[in-house]
Amino acid sequence: MLWLIVFLVLPGLVLIAVSFATRGAYGQLEWVFTVENYQRLSGFSLFGWTADYIMIVLRSVWVAFITTLISVVLSYPLSFFISARPERSRYFWLTLVIIPFWTNMVIRTYAWFLILAPELPLAKLATFFGFIPAGSPLYPNSFAVYLGMVSMYLPFVTLPLYASVERLDWTLVEAAQDLYASKVRVFMQAILPQTLPGLSVGIVLTFVPAMGMFVVPDLLGGSKYMLVGNLIQQQFGASRDWPFGAAISMGLMVLTMISLQFYRRRSKEIEFV
Amino acid sequence: MRTSNPLITVMALVTVGFLYLPLAAVAVFSVNATRYGLVWRGFTLDWYIKLFSNEFILEAAWNTLVLAVVSTIVATILGTILAIGMDRFPWGRKANTFLDLVLHIPVVIPDIILAAALVVAFGLLRFTSSVFEPGLFNMIIGHITFQISFVALVVRSRLASIGRDVEEAARDLFASTPYLLLRVTLPLLLPGIVAGAMLAFTLSLDDFVISFFTAGPDSVTLPLFIFAAVRRGVTPQIHALSTLVVLITVIMIFGMERFTRK
Repeated sequence: MLWLIVFLVLPGLVLIAVSFATRGAYGQLEWVFTVENYQRLSGFSLFGWTADYIMIVLRSVWVAFITTLISVVLSYPLSFFISARPERSRYFWLTLVIIPFWTNMVIRTYAWFLILAPELPLAKLATFFGFIPAGSPLYPNSFAVYLGMVSMYLPFVTLPLYASVERLDWTLVEAAQDLYASKVRVFMQAILPQTLPGLSVGIVLTFVPAMGMFVVPDLLGGSKYMLVGNLIQQQFGASRDWPFGAAISMGLMVLTMISLQFYRRRSKEIEFV
Repeated sequence: MRTSNPLITVMALVTVGFLYLPLAAVAVFSVNATRYGLVWRGFTLDWYIKLFSNEFILEAAWNTLVLAVVSTIVATILGTILAIGMDRFPWGRKANTFLDLVLHIPVVIPDIILAAALVVAFGLLRFTSSVFEPGLFNMIIGHITFQISFVALVVRSRLASIGRDVEEAARDLFASTPYLLLRVTLPLLLPGIVAGAMLAFTLSLDDFVISFFTAGPDSVTLPLFIFAAVRRGVTPQIHALSTLVVLITVIMIFGMERFTRK
């Protein structure tokens, strides 16, 4: 426990402290209290108000949201499919989902370079429709980022969702169908409530880390496509502006807490169902 | 209703394909004889052979292994003690809530926040001792920090599932506390501890973000090496390396499944 206090709680507190400190002329820390870093994050600077940083934060939330949404939409058929397999091959299919879950994210991200390479059909198709000039790859752009993000986080939704789908009480679904419920209604009222526990775990497991992701946008998004993760990395790397980096991290922390709070409220509701 | 709908089957297969297409591409191009471009020029294992004569890669592999082994050992010991301590000794309600919260932090927050906090903390510690220069030592500390939580959570769930009956029986038979812990609790916990250790090991091998923030010039690990190489441009050699890393991951997963299923 002492370890966690020393290397987790204390660094956290230091991070908060540093976010109120000042950056010296050479990138060193100066312990002068200021809220300037937070002002900068919210867009105020010497030159008036800009939305740059706010845009980056909003874009990160948006990308995380879309990633989660697509992953959920793809995970339902996959979980239904796996749970409908016979016992033995079910294990095989499940392992197929687990392997990417554990595979290194740098490898899984850069692998898209190959799929999107100019020689391959996807890029040729895009060239044909005039999206990109001939002979250039399908990255870096926002499409590639979404592609990379969804393939990264899909197993994070599928695995907990599958755990719920496997225990699904199909008699309720049949009952709904016998009562002539429409397909949408069967899903909304017979399937969704039953799978909500797994679904909400999956959503949190995807949404929270997706907000802080920086490998995917860095490799597949190019330098113009900034997300919060890249911004933080930039402050600790090239810019050497720790206080500002710390302030952004705190901003991300707040977003994380908000999403977790939402999840906790949901999970309390679930207990009563 | 459990009968599968063809539409669902098709979507599921497409989704699995979507997960594996990139990995398959890496594997295919790792045995492609051409150095540039993505045109198939015949099968070769040259890239794999060259890997083993590249000293940068060998050093990165060594660093990765040292990092994973050392951090896993420390994290497993500390995580197990933490789990036993949290579960078996009477804490106040408030202390318990606090411990529980701290334990969950590394699991739920985006890892980049932990990385940023570590960078800042190490930066300040550097004033007291040069040990905290960016490098393998810092990386080990960083890895242990997130591994402890995972180990403790796994071990704790095992503790909860074995219950207290056996321990109480041992107490009634006048077992001393050290005897109880070493001869009764630990053997019962062993599957949980091993599962936790394997989880920690895999997490360490897999980690990129924490390493990226805390690494120094001499402590490049395989994920860091691949990342740096990819930014310069992909080569078949990198594909070969990545394929090997993926294969090791797959072996680890099967090892873990085996152990947890018994």
